[in-house]
Amino acid sequence: MTRISRRALLTTGAAAGVLAASGLPLRAMPKRGGRLRAGLGGANTSDSWDARTHSDLFMIAAAQGTVFDSLTEVKADGTLTGELAENWEASADAKTWTFNLRQGVTFHNGKAFGADDVIASLQMHVAEGAKSAAKPIVEAITDMKKITDHQVQFTLKAGNADFPYLLSDYHILMYPAGQIEEAIANGIGTGLYSVVSFEPGVRMVAKRVDSHYKGDAAGHFDEVEYIAINDNTARMNALMTGQVEAINRIDFKTEALLKANPMVRIQEVTGNQQYTFPMLTNVAPFNDVNVRRALKFAINRQEMVDKILLGHGRVGNDTPIGPANQYFASDMEQTAYDPDKAKFYLKEAGLSSLDIDLSASNAAFEGAVDAAQLYQASAKSAGININVVQEPSDGYWSNVWLKKPFCACYWSGRATEDWMFATAYEDGVPWNDTQWGREDSERFQDLLVTARAELDSNKRRDMYGEMQQILKDDGGVVLPMFANYVQAVSNKIANPDTVGNLWQMDNARMAERWWMA
Amino acid sequence: MNPVLTIILQRLALGLLTLLIVSFVIFTAVNMLPGDFAEALLGQSATPEAVAAIRKDLNLDQPFFVRYFSWLGAMLTGDLGVSYAQLNFQSNMGASTLKTVADQIAPRFANTMFLAGVTACIAVPFAVTLGVLAALYRNSVFDKGVNIATLTSISSPEFFLAYILVLFLAVLNPLLPSIANIYQGISFQDRLVATLLPALTLTLVVTAHMMRMTRAAIISLLASPYIEMARLKGISPLRVIVKHALPNAWAPIINVIALNLAYLITGVVVVEVVFNYPGIGQLFVDAVKNRDIPVVQACCLIFAGAYILLNLAADILSIMTNPRLRHPK
Repeated sequence: MTRISRRALLTTGAAAGVLAASGLPLRAMPKRGGRLRAGLGGANTSDSWDARTHSDLFMIAAAQGTVFDSLTEVKADGTLTGELAENWEASADAKTWTFNLRQGVTFHNGKAFGADDVIASLQMHVAEGAKSAAKPIVEAITDMKKITDHQVQFTLKAGNADFPYLLSDYHILMYPAGQIEEAIANGIGTGLYSVVSFEPGVRMVAKRVDSHYKGDAAGHFDEVEYIAINDNTARMNALMTGQVEAINRIDFKTEALLKANPMVRIQEVTGNQQYTFPMLTNVAPFNDVNVRRALKFAINRQEMVDKILLGHGRVGNDTPIGPANQYFASDMEQTAYDPDKAKFYLKEAGLSSLDIDLSASNAAFEGAVDAAQLYQASAKSAGININVVQEPSDGYWSNVWLKKPFCACYWSGRATEDWMFATAYEDGVPWNDTQWGREDSERFQDLLVTARAELDSNKRRDMYGEMQQILKDDGGVVLPMFANYVQAVSNKIANPDTVGNLWQMDNARMAERWWMA
Repeated sequence: MNPVLTIILQRLALGLLTLLIVSFVIFTAVNMLPGDFAEALLGQSATPEAVAAIRKDLNLDQPFFVRYFSWLGAMLTGDLGVSYAQLNFQSNMGASTLKTVADQIAPRFANTMFLAGVTACIAVPFAVTLGVLAALYRNSVFDKGVNIATLTSISSPEFFLAYILVLFLAVLNPLLPSIANIYQGISFQDRLVATLLPALTLTLVVTAHMMRMTRAAIISLLASPYIEMARLKGISPLRVIVKHALPNAWAPIINVIALNLAYLITGVVVVEVVFNYPGIGQLFVDAVKNRDIPVVQACCLIFAGAYILLNLAADILSIMTNPRLRHPK
């Protein structure tokens, strides 16, 4: 049970798309040398090396992707492998996990890595007053025991077959025990590159560590330089004029211009990033499952993909499990735009027409207001009058999301089914943006708990399939589309055939996986 | 007491009073921003308890005047405070080396001053020379050409000028970098090269104002009897303007220059974004977005201070150029 083979579909679907988009047969062997300069959006002047606060690409790429390591790592093809952990074993109930750590690993300041560092690094997330996004993951661990210097045992509150996956979270990095403050101040990790200079919100430079445990298999650049460029146009200019070799987040509207440049190629992967319209299932009229069904048939998904994403995505089926998930139910019947069916369900709900407010702002996702207006137009012929309420971007997440009964939202998705469900669809969790609970589906919540502790992959597939079906039919979210991650690289850079689709920029690990062509 | 010194002291006192009023306006305005730091920071995870806890930590639950005077008091002792983001970071870390607002602003402010300095070095001599030449050859094709060109550039949005320059100087002829990659420890030469495109853009933006003021101030003097006298003496037109007209025209020109320099310090956010220049403008916009009020307030005060100081300098310089004001009866 050390390595779960996951997401075979990736090698067919999305990965093929990447190859086609890159337009190059990249069979060359990686070679060492050169300096990767990347212009990255998603930087803030308040950035720091404290992974508990990381939330956007710049710091994820700089920390987990470059300077720090986690215990486990999701490879580009979606399989899980050990990073600082060599291998692991679970008890039959998936409650006790024993991790064997890699030996002979040192931090950039020379300190040897061992079990104490693991325990201290995890405890950071539950420390008094700490604000960590990974707190729920670490809180689920009731006991951390150092068995030897290179073996740690975790006991969980309840069995969780995905536990090793959770440890690949970009918030959970390994810091040197007893020197955590210093490590956060200066960026001292075990990663392939050590920090040369770091100016929050401006620039990060790191150089390759001389002898690293990953050897020649990864980290092919001598130096990497990440330049914070939050403006889309400035980022594109920087790539076009050769100031940087790679940029993230391509503006779809100008993508054609990039494509016309023969020195640049576009990488595009379909992952779990999803744009949604959650309804609060405990508020009228959304508490009626027939109203929810009517709304699901009243949206034109393909039109959204074509007009909002300009084709850079795929239609969603009202479940948050996406093509980057192992148990993604790709054979489930696709809900399509059907005003007659919507009218039918409206009638079932005892209504002849429906007037509702839909709150939207471009803070939810780029083009959310346009998407709401498209929804308004398509729902009209089903007798549903959607009044689009344009909300201010400021305070959108505190005043609108989770508060207004029907609004626009986005999720970056999660690596595993359970992680996604536990974050937003489990009864009573704080981010449950549809208030989806036991009163809506007893069966769903039971399956969620059972599947979590199940180690048999086939059984899990059945259970997660059924849960997706329940959400598609009865759930509170209208999920019209998955948005691709689109980025561009100069032809001076080569990358492996398969590019990760969990996050932008090859799961933020370009410094590790790419090389100078 | 030296009359010039008296004027300077008077102006300084008035400047301080202005700053005090401005500080109140800033504080009130910032308080009227919708949403607050706690909500901006917590984003998706803002629960009422968490918001209340952060507000209490940062004394945001105190009454308006209490907060104003405690902030003002700290300002007077030169303490710009600690940014909320840093405070929050500290609560995550336990004790830690804190970066104060001053630490955060200093490198950005230095970058902004460098950009303003380079721009001023190019723009001021350029604009004044153009103005003098335009006055000299007034109503000629040259004069009209210069006027049309500078008025066109000042009437275009800054980002448009910036992209035009990027197109010609970075894309079609790769002479200069399209983004200003400036970092601590960069050599002066590299810094100058990286700053040149933004500085040229800003030059295009500020030239028209200064050039037209120079031209107008000189031309209005050209009808004066003493200029006629100089001309009758047979002095060349250029010498008439430079030696006789310009010295009396300095006062309005200096005022316009000061106004434009202040603009270079406070108003260049758009150019910073286009060229990804790490100046104070971007920091300011980031801080407003995150509701990081200590940073917003400190930036506002610095901007206000820059305007007041530059205007003061302009007044003093125009006095120095005018013997009548220099030696009042």
